[in-house]
Amino acid sequence: MQHLADLVLLLVLLTSFLILGTTRLTTCIRAVAVQGGLLGVLPLVLEPQWSAHTLGLATGTILVKAIVLPWFLTWAIREAAVRREVEPRVGYIASLILGVVAVAVASAVATRLPVPGDHPILLLATSLSCVIMGLLVLATRGKALIQVVGYLMLENGIYVFGLTSVDRVPFLVEVGVLLDVFVGVFIMGIVVFHINREFDSLDSARLTELKD
Amino acid sequence: MLLAALVLVPALGAAGAYGRPARHGAWLVAVAGVHLSLVAWAWLAPPPAILDGWLALDPLGLVVLTVVSALFFVVATYAVGYLRRERGGRGFASWLLAFLAAASLVAVSHHLALLWVGMEGTTLAFAPLIFQRRDRRSLEAVWKYLVISSVGIALALLGTFFLATAQGDLGPGVRPLVLDDLVTGAAQLHPAWLKAAFVFLLVGYGTKLGLAPMHTWKPDTYGESPALVAGLMAGGLTSCAFLGIARATEVTTAAGLAAFARPPLVAFGLLSLAVAAAFVIGQSDIRRLLAYSSVEHVGLLVLGLGLGGVGAYGSMLHLVNNALVKGLLFLAVGNAALAAASPRGGLLRAVPASGVLLLVGLFAVTGSPPFGMFLSELTILRAALGGGHPWIAAAMLGLLALIFIGIASMILEMLYAPAAAASPPVRESRWLLVGPAALALGVLVLGVAIPGPLQDLLAHAASALGGVAP
Amino acid sequence: MTAGPLVSLVAVLLLAPALPGVATKTKSLLTGRHGAPVLQLHRDLLRLLRKGAVYSTTTTWMFRLAPVAGVVTPLLAGILLPLDGRGAVLQFSGDFVAFAALLALGRFTLILAALDTGSSFEGMGASRDAAFASLVEPALFLCFVVLILATGQLSLSGMLGAAPAPSLAMVAVSLFFVLLAEASRMPVDDPATHLELTMIHEVAVLDHSGPDLALLLYGGALRMALFAALPVSVLVSRARLAVPLALAALLAGMVMVAVVVGIIESSMARLRLGRVPQFLVAASVLASLGVILQLLT
Repeated sequence: MQHLADLVLLLVLLTSFLILGTTRLTTCIRAVAVQGGLLGVLPLVLEPQWSAHTLGLATGTILVKAIVLPWFLTWAIREAAVRREVEPRVGYIASLILGVVAVAVASAVATRLPVPGDHPILLLATSLSCVIMGLLVLATRGKALIQVVGYLMLENGIYVFGLTSVDRVPFLVEVGVLLDVFVGVFIMGIVVFHINREFDSLDSARLTELKD
Repeated sequence: MLLAALVLVPALGAAGAYGRPARHGAWLVAVAGVHLSLVAWAWLAPPPAILDGWLALDPLGLVVLTVVSALFFVVATYAVGYLRRERGGRGFASWLLAFLAAASLVAVSHHLALLWVGMEGTTLAFAPLIFQRRDRRSLEAVWKYLVISSVGIALALLGTFFLATAQGDLGPGVRPLVLDDLVTGAAQLHPAWLKAAFVFLLVGYGTKLGLAPMHTWKPDTYGESPALVAGLMAGGLTSCAFLGIARATEVTTAAGLAAFARPPLVAFGLLSLAVAAAFVIGQSDIRRLLAYSSVEHVGLLVLGLGLGGVGAYGSMLHLVNNALVKGLLFLAVGNAALAAASPRGGLLRAVPASGVLLLVGLFAVTGSPPFGMFLSELTILRAALGGGHPWIAAAMLGLLALIFIGIASMILEMLYAPAAAASPPVRESRWLLVGPAALALGVLVLGVAIPGPLQDLLAHAASALGGVAP
Repeated sequence: MTAGPLVSLVAVLLLAPALPGVATKTKSLLTGRHGAPVLQLHRDLLRLLRKGAVYSTTTTWMFRLAPVAGVVTPLLAGILLPLDGRGAVLQFSGDFVAFAALLALGRFTLILAALDTGSSFEGMGASRDAAFASLVEPALFLCFVVLILATGQLSLSGMLGAAPAPSLAMVAVSLFFVLLAEASRMPVDDPATHLELTMIHEVAVLDHSGPDLALLLYGGALRMALFAALPVSVLVSRARLAVPLALAALLAGMVMVAVVVGIIESSMARLRLGRVPQFLVAASVLASLGVILQLLT
């Protein structure tokens, strides 16, 4: 089980790097969908015996993160008819290298903090890496949809960490987290739709009218 | 029962309002009135905790609840007049009431994850409200608001999870993430996780609060929303976000890590004051100016919290004052905009009543006696001096002076400078005036003589935060 | 020197030209064609050796040195690899640096020979080749770092016998990317292109003919074989197998790698030139991840 969990976490990290390094919007969305699916599998792999709670959580996560949200984002892309990203403020190669730095920092922090339960240390490192990489994508990318993908990555990182307290923090809050992601992305998607209509592009670098 | 009602009444009100054309603010006022009377009942007969201690009303929560409810009621009465002039948009009343429900949840929630759910609710409730005008600028504003606020909320969630991890393996009868158990079991909290939790909660909820450097969404958002929405955000949303930070401080102080928690609070507070001072001078748009003023005041809130001693009491008093004054200012500014008065000059002649209110607001927000903010700022200053931080006190005074200059120059110009085109004085609706006037009166009362029960409540709240009453 | 390593080396030397053939055959089959036979390169080499060479008047001794270096350097590098799963023909502490240096030397002479012709196409291709080579070196060394951390051994013979672990999976993938870059396969370079403007490695061998070309082609195949042997050795720990079985496993693994290369060639187009550095940095990123993982566990 330990190796399986490590493998899943590794794949989560790899999908994050894929999002950091790819130019195509559809690849980003597919990568975040795969990440969502992996996250759904993760609780099943971490717990040796599966309770109804774990199964419910896994199903809910896969449903929301791997199916509904990516579908919704793909719909938004189709509406906006965007394909490619322009070179972001921080270039792709620099983004990849920053991603490695993020993983290094996250791992360094993870070795300092005692991991709750007997979960692998890779769990903490992965969660913090995803958080940092999600923030990186949010901060450096121009297209609004990619920023939403970055936000999803951030939430995924938080979710991975939340799995360490699955037995302690009750069901209500996990549903709350999923709901948060769902509604947040939904609202963002609607706004993105409007942005595309208003500005004829999804380049949030164009959103510069309001300033001091 | 009462606690549940505090959350459910506005929630049901929101559901009921959705879909109806928001022509009449009557529904808003009615629900707001019921909510306010529930809060009054809570003052008279403190309700017991329910749901295994997840919902409970302690002094800190009651302060925030009262402030938000009162402000909301005033905004609701204002909305009656507002909705007669402007198109409300579908779901306007609904989203406002949704905010009230979420804010009530934040105030009565003793389970920190439930508090987070409430904060998330406030974030989402405001998004459509900011987007009321549906033009390019408000679209840009709502996008920035959503992105930055969502990141802040996500970081706060991570901080909440860290806090749960700090609790470690729970003993028998210890409830995870419940405030009372966190405080009583504070000595057993794992220090490294607790520190990490505090940092993330401070940054996360600080983003919602509008602390510098996470404040960048504020000017755009306050500038593009309808005035009453901006007023509600400046008074209500900030109070809720401050409650989040206050809870984190409460737990950290109980665990004996106050020395760790204080410096970041002071740092963020001073930075916010500095940023506000820098951007207030030479500001051309009144609403953006007020946004930076809001940054200043939340900076003061956090500064007071970080200074300890009487600073905590000062912060709580400032919380109340800030809500009232910001409401007053934004509503008055909104009146000027509704009357289509020129933004530069001649306001006193065009809309005399609102102009006077704006003048009152100017003095109130910059901390002049006899208004309430003078007392709260003085208390925080005393905390700085009493705690042996003369430099902090000096910096605070200097920055407040700069901000005074900036705000005063703009508002005085708006009021007194001769207008470009002499517009005839507009007859102002009663509904649009009674709200801000009540708020102005409230600020004056707080500056002259704080009512006894309120003083007791503030003192209790301050002691929970590790401070003392003056 | 025992027989095992020597026999393995000879086997790899004989098999090497078949690897490009396997890749091309896979690609042909996947695109619905019969394709050339797997041993085509062997036949081409024998044919070319019988021919005469033509030399341009602008070239100097560098041009004639490159083919020789192109065969000798991979051969010497092959001596350092533990092809039989136990030990290499020659091993010493730090031989992985010599390994990388020898292969880099071969590439370097080829680049110089291309510049030697004085033609702009060759110069362009050579500069691209050099740029990509410099981007790939860090990946290769980072992979070696992971192996050193995993095994504590400073010699290739010790490094390549580690037990499987997730960090080593990353290393294997990274080494595969390195293979694609060093052997000039897709998506770094298209071996089947005939447009000089799109050539990277191909253009460097454009001017050679006859036995020189044979030596260069053989050297290229040998490099591919060596780089294919690396990920196979990392993934499959052959230290406990009997020597014939270990050798067979290695050869089978190399053929599988060639098949995967063929699959990739049939499904992807060459990356836009500006995107190739990104791909190569991705190889370094994977290797760095491997380092971090190795340090974590």
